[in-house]
Amino acid sequence: MSEFVHPVERRMTISAADEERLRTQLERTWYVPRGIIGWCSVADHKTMGKRYIVTAFCFFTFAGILAGLMRLQLAVPNNHFIGPDLYNQIFTVHGTMMMFLFAVPVMEALGVYLVPLMVGTRNIAFPRLNAFSYYVYLFGGVMLVVTMLLNTAPDVGWFSYVPLAGPDYTPGKRADFWAQLITFTEVAALAVSVELVATIFKARAPGMSLNRMPLFVWSMLVTALMVIFAMPSIVTCSSFLLLDRLVGTHFYNPAEGGDSLLWQHLFWFFGHPEVYIIFVPALGIVSSIISAFTWRPIFGYSAMVMSLVATGFIGFGLWVHHMFATGLPALGLEYFTAASIVIAIPTGIQIFCWIASLWRGRPRFHTPLVFVLGFFAIFVLGGLSGVTLASVPFDLQVHDSYYVVAHFHYVLLGGAVFPLIGGIYFWFPKMTGRLMDDRLGKVNFWLLFIGFNITFFPMHILGLEGMPRRVYTYPDNMGWNTLNLVSSLGALLLVVGGALFVYNVVRSYRWGLAGSDNPWGAETLEWSMSSPPPVYNFLHIPVVEGRCALWDRSADAPIVTGIRSDVREVLISDVMDAEPINVAEYPEPSIWPFLCAVVTSGFFIGSIFTPWALPVSILPLAVTLIGWFWPKKRDRERAIEEQDEDRRLHDAA
Amino acid sequence: MTPPDAATMRPPDTRRVLDVSVLPRTVFGHQGLIWWGTAGFMVIEGSIFVIALVVYFYLRLQVTDWPPSLPNPGLFYGTLNLATVLLSLLPAYIAKTKAEKFDLAGVRLWLTILVLFGVAAVVIRAFEYFALNCRWDDNAYGSIVWTLLSMHTIHVATDVVDSMVLLTLALTGPNTKTRFVDYSENSLYWYFIVAWWVPIYVTIYLMPRWL
Repeated sequence: MSEFVHPVERRMTISAADEERLRTQLERTWYVPRGIIGWCSVADHKTMGKRYIVTAFCFFTFAGILAGLMRLQLAVPNNHFIGPDLYNQIFTVHGTMMMFLFAVPVMEALGVYLVPLMVGTRNIAFPRLNAFSYYVYLFGGVMLVVTMLLNTAPDVGWFSYVPLAGPDYTPGKRADFWAQLITFTEVAALAVSVELVATIFKARAPGMSLNRMPLFVWSMLVTALMVIFAMPSIVTCSSFLLLDRLVGTHFYNPAEGGDSLLWQHLFWFFGHPEVYIIFVPALGIVSSIISAFTWRPIFGYSAMVMSLVATGFIGFGLWVHHMFATGLPALGLEYFTAASIVIAIPTGIQIFCWIASLWRGRPRFHTPLVFVLGFFAIFVLGGLSGVTLASVPFDLQVHDSYYVVAHFHYVLLGGAVFPLIGGIYFWFPKMTGRLMDDRLGKVNFWLLFIGFNITFFPMHILGLEGMPRRVYTYPDNMGWNTLNLVSSLGALLLVVGGALFVYNVVRSYRWGLAGSDNPWGAETLEWSMSSPPPVYNFLHIPVVEGRCALWDRSADAPIVTGIRSDVREVLISDVMDAEPINVAEYPEPSIWPFLCAVVTSGFFIGSIFTPWALPVSILPLAVTLIGWFWPKKRDRERAIEEQDEDRRLHDAA
Repeated sequence: MTPPDAATMRPPDTRRVLDVSVLPRTVFGHQGLIWWGTAGFMVIEGSIFVIALVVYFYLRLQVTDWPPSLPNPGLFYGTLNLATVLLSLLPAYIAKTKAEKFDLAGVRLWLTILVLFGVAAVVIRAFEYFALNCRWDDNAYGSIVWTLLSMHTIHVATDVVDSMVLLTLALTGPNTKTRFVDYSENSLYWYFIVAWWVPIYVTIYLMPRWL
């Protein structure tokens, strides 16, 4: 590419006064607006990331309370504390909320907050789209909470199988709320994924070639790409469900040439990658924590990256293992058994790499690392029950029983929530400038770890003893009484552990020990600036010299200059080697994404009730989108600047 | 930037810098950021089209006759639309090359022609619905045919409105250099929409005759 202009390397004096001037100007340029309108206009990735995380944890709490109610109901046989109708709503909303409103969004939220800091740029790509995605997510989640509080929540399970969820068996609007909730969350997740891919591919600091990218960034890249290829499937299947219910199409109606199994194929073609969309970011968190607490680079970087990518690919070849009990041809099932066993290999490789890292380092057992060790124990157990479920004859025996419930709580809570909580303990000092209490953290860990195992381990046995999932109560003489009671008591410990976590967060936020820029001595770029980070992230964009950006930095490490600080300029680099190739200008904060999200939400909710929501919403939707796109003051300034520049070049010539 | 350990890192009198002020501020194509956003959404929407087409063939396998007890769709309007959008690739291409030369007059002219083609495509599309010879609620065949056609129509209509907005901006300004990237990307997105009409056309209009 001969037309490339290369940046100029040289030496220059940068005085303290220069830096101070730069800092003031960057603060003014990258301001975060205040006031109510300002609150709705923010385009900063750190503010939006924090909002996303807090919102996701609110939904986590709500769905956790629902889980507590279920355990209360199941503690004793023949219980009538909760009736069957309400119980159906509770387990549906619990599952839906945990998957779509907590697990996926909270992982993407961490990416929104951390990826720009880790790759060395000033904001996420397409920052206003990021704001839009947050509001759409928020409004969708609130809609689901409201339906639960109004006793009209979806009640057909988190995967909403037809024909049960079709118009014949679930009249009313409950299943429609489910279908549209999915639309809300997928719009939000897809938008964030495009932003993350663009940020990771195009906005890395010079020197951060692909083979020097932190493992957390790799994991977010794989996740975002998985979202981009998996979510279209659920977009299609939930829209078809809505159409079947609203305007009388027949996609899932066998009487008119449709097919119920089509739903399962489409749902699980998304649903299985979804599990990895939740789990892969957690792998990145684990790698970050282990290298920080052993002060060593992770053992086997290339193997780790290849495993992440392999997981991303194989994750798309497993979906039929959710359908072993549907009577599909046995030969076809064997392929999926094989694939389900194969996917344990990349995960196994990663676990061995982490063990090697811990072995060779001198681990410091602070709370984040303790959570990671807890993750090993629980996740490996969950992985093992997963391998058993990959076998068709065994799966047929335990299908839809509590064995499955035990398995997926081991992999999801163990595989994602334990690393996530460890990650919160780990990055809290960066986000707030204060450390979380380590002693409380360890108590927190043990409560959750013991509580988790007491709650979920007995479910394996209950499943083997034949207890089906999704029953609101059970008779006295089944032999399930003791284990259910034990499980419910364990849930009590989980509640206490969860409350202690919230207490620790709130307490540390107000009164926690002030942390330094890099309290753990970690190696990635987010630890190079003050805590919490300034609005502009980096005073000077760094030049990265090695895989461990901070540990490998030489005494005379270069910095980037020549990016304007009076407008929101960011450096754009090439995909492979992160060579700087051009400079882009990010937009100012704007209220339009918020307004657009309001209109979009109105359309989604309206279309639950009438197809006329579409024609009615088109005009306001067009107005808000055009308003979003319409030239602002800065565009006019820029046009004048460019004319002046052209004139100057012309005169010089 | 704050060094990781200020004590061991003596601040040098001069610092090594990588001066990027010479780098371009406006770039076209995949060197720039906008292309990646456009490409990302094209991949997402393309995946949705793929899945919808897979559903078409999946539903085909559920019944013996195709279309099930309904006449074949009429060929005329669909084929006319295929010809229209294929022809529209020309103004789209010229508008793109003009944009990449910052030729405002050229962009105005060829974007106008592109918009006219787009409007024609939407109008012809309206007739296509009548020529499908089925309703969405007749059976699963009708459902998927209407859905495929509507998914594509939404894309066409959205991009026509998009092109109109861009045309307005081209006429009123301010025309920053990055605006020309928008003019260029708009044509790219139009290529995408035209390209998808080929398999969707073949599926909707020819498959009932072949399968």
